[in-house]
Amino acid sequence: MVTTTTGTGAGDSFTSNLGRVYMMYTGGFIVFIILMAILNAMGVPNRVIGYMFMGFTILIYAVIGIMSRTMQVGEYYVAGRRVPALYNGMATGADWMSGASFVGMAGTLYLLGYDGLAYVLGWTGGYVLVAILVAPYLRKFGAYTVPDFLSARYGGNVARFIGIIVLFSCSFTYVVAQIYATGIIASRFLGLDFNVAVYVGLAGILVCSMLGGMRAVTWTQVAQYIVLIIAYLIPAIWMSTAKTGIPIPQLMYGSALQNISVLEAAQSISPGHITPFAHGGFDATNYFLLIVCLMVGTASLPHVLMRYFTTPSVREARLSVAWSLLFIFILYFTAPAYAAFAKWTMLDLVSSGLTPDNIADKAGWLMNWAAADGTMVQICGQAAVDAAAIAAACQEAGVTGNLAFSDITLNADMIVLATPEMAGMPYFISGLVAAGGLAAALSTADGLLLAIANALSHDIYYKMIDQNAPTSRRLVVSRVLLVIVAALAAYTASTRPSDILSMVAWAFSLAAAGLFPALVLGVWWKRTNAAGAIAGMIAGFGITVLYLVGTQYGLDLAKDTGDEWALWWGVKNVSAAAFGLPIGFAVMIVVSLLTRAPSQEMQDFIDDIRVPRGRTIMEEKTV
Amino acid sequence: MATPDRLSYWNKTRSLMFVMLGLWFFFSFVIHIFVNGLNNIVILGFPLGFYMAAQGSLIAFVIMLFWFARKQNAIDEEHGVAED
Repeated sequence: MVTTTTGTGAGDSFTSNLGRVYMMYTGGFIVFIILMAILNAMGVPNRVIGYMFMGFTILIYAVIGIMSRTMQVGEYYVAGRRVPALYNGMATGADWMSGASFVGMAGTLYLLGYDGLAYVLGWTGGYVLVAILVAPYLRKFGAYTVPDFLSARYGGNVARFIGIIVLFSCSFTYVVAQIYATGIIASRFLGLDFNVAVYVGLAGILVCSMLGGMRAVTWTQVAQYIVLIIAYLIPAIWMSTAKTGIPIPQLMYGSALQNISVLEAAQSISPGHITPFAHGGFDATNYFLLIVCLMVGTASLPHVLMRYFTTPSVREARLSVAWSLLFIFILYFTAPAYAAFAKWTMLDLVSSGLTPDNIADKAGWLMNWAAADGTMVQICGQAAVDAAAIAAACQEAGVTGNLAFSDITLNADMIVLATPEMAGMPYFISGLVAAGGLAAALSTADGLLLAIANALSHDIYYKMIDQNAPTSRRLVVSRVLLVIVAALAAYTASTRPSDILSMVAWAFSLAAAGLFPALVLGVWWKRTNAAGAIAGMIAGFGITVLYLVGTQYGLDLAKDTGDEWALWWGVKNVSAAAFGLPIGFAVMIVVSLLTRAPSQEMQDFIDDIRVPRGRTIMEEKTV
Repeated sequence: MATPDRLSYWNKTRSLMFVMLGLWFFFSFVIHIFVNGLNNIVILGFPLGFYMAAQGSLIAFVIMLFWFARKQNAIDEEHGVAED
């Protein structure tokens, strides 16, 4: 039923009927959820429900991908520049909200309380910088990729190549994490082996991006946004209704915060949920520096910026940034509510008197999660696989009588996925949440893979190696590279690289320090020249990499060997751009001033990208 | 290239950018410096300092961006550089 609603997916009839098509799609998805609820109530096994949710949603994405397949360069790289602002905003929302946002954000807020809000602020406010400083001007320039702009503005392939290195280093770790998240979700809800699940996720990603490039990815991402936002809102609304009687979690979690404070005081938990600058090493300095790095990183990440290359005009690009943030906002202002209701539920559970003897009856779900992965739930410092293990661990730790809230350690990544069980919702909600997490991970992976493959095929192969390559060969090269990069990412994910997951937060600092000064000064300061930009990019990116590697591994590139550097002024390495960004700007400005001003031709070029009207500067035959 | 009209267009565009940048700075950082003081004000159960980081600033960002798109478009049209 759901698949037939998207059946009219291709061609111009599709673009002129977008509203109708996606309304029907949304309606179809809701009918599907209701159907699952009925099957669930009739006693269909949980595993079957899980398979149906995953299977149907992936099938829809595949159908859209196949319908949008294309052999035209302009369609492949920038979706023909015909994506209306609102739909591009939705697609950007899905592109932006990764598996980590969906699965991990509320969990982080649950654990860090107020200090976790640095992520909420950092991952939204950056769009202001995107709109006022960067996106409209890159759209006017008419690039296919971000390195395209660097090359045109800073005289050639050196700047282009540095751009590609920055792009690759921030996007690849990010895409590995998405495939990893896909594997976790598929193995938990489908019962597949993790290594198999990773490649199942890979297939889901490839079917969209490989056939239709940006065009297919755009229309799939819109569909994925709808799935993920419904999947995120329903459990939050459910908890709000159950706890307060009013189904508006974003408004009602004030009372959750009050109750959390009371329960925390009763169990003498300190610092409390709403206390600022007190959790996880986030003092005020680190809190604000993280916000800076995440915001500036947002305005530099190539897979985000390239979404604004697809709008029909500069005006639509600006409007599209506003729509993007609105769609992202819907999830991000729900996350703190989600976290607060989950924490309230958990505090209630603990204060009702939880002991190793009654835990199997009261919270059996804790043991299911611990059995699936021992790092997810630990009680008294040990994996909480069953009641006996908990009793043994607590006896060893000297905990007698009731368990305290602090005896139970939950992993940030399980909280969203486990909340339906925690709050006693029926299983179909769990299936829905899993489908939402999958949509978030797949959509971000699609965007990232496309950014990497486009840089390799367009910038390296076409622009740097063979400028006379015929269109058909460029597209074949692009697709082959896409598959290779994707397979490499899936292989890396299948080795469960714990380090790579912590590196995801680094992607923002790398992009910020490596690209932001060159992009912003390139538009806003005519005096920036090639020498300055190249020196600034190398200095900013270099310092950031050095600080990250030095503080995480030390110069022997191995963890915990004792030669790791101390933090400079206590700045956590997740905010490494705190050093790279000012240094990048300073070097870029100083070197530019010491060398010759850009040519008159270049100054005219900058004048051209500053006004919306007039020819697109880098226009290219699209057939 | 740099005709007087272009110059005044760019001056207005730049002023708007700095206004936006100022608002962005206020809602990203300045307001959150006063979180402890604001937390003494409680509305509907929300301590105001917590609320600003969880929702208030986000709402401001969204409204700012729609306002910016409108305003910049008006500047484009006034100077005859809007797209057709």
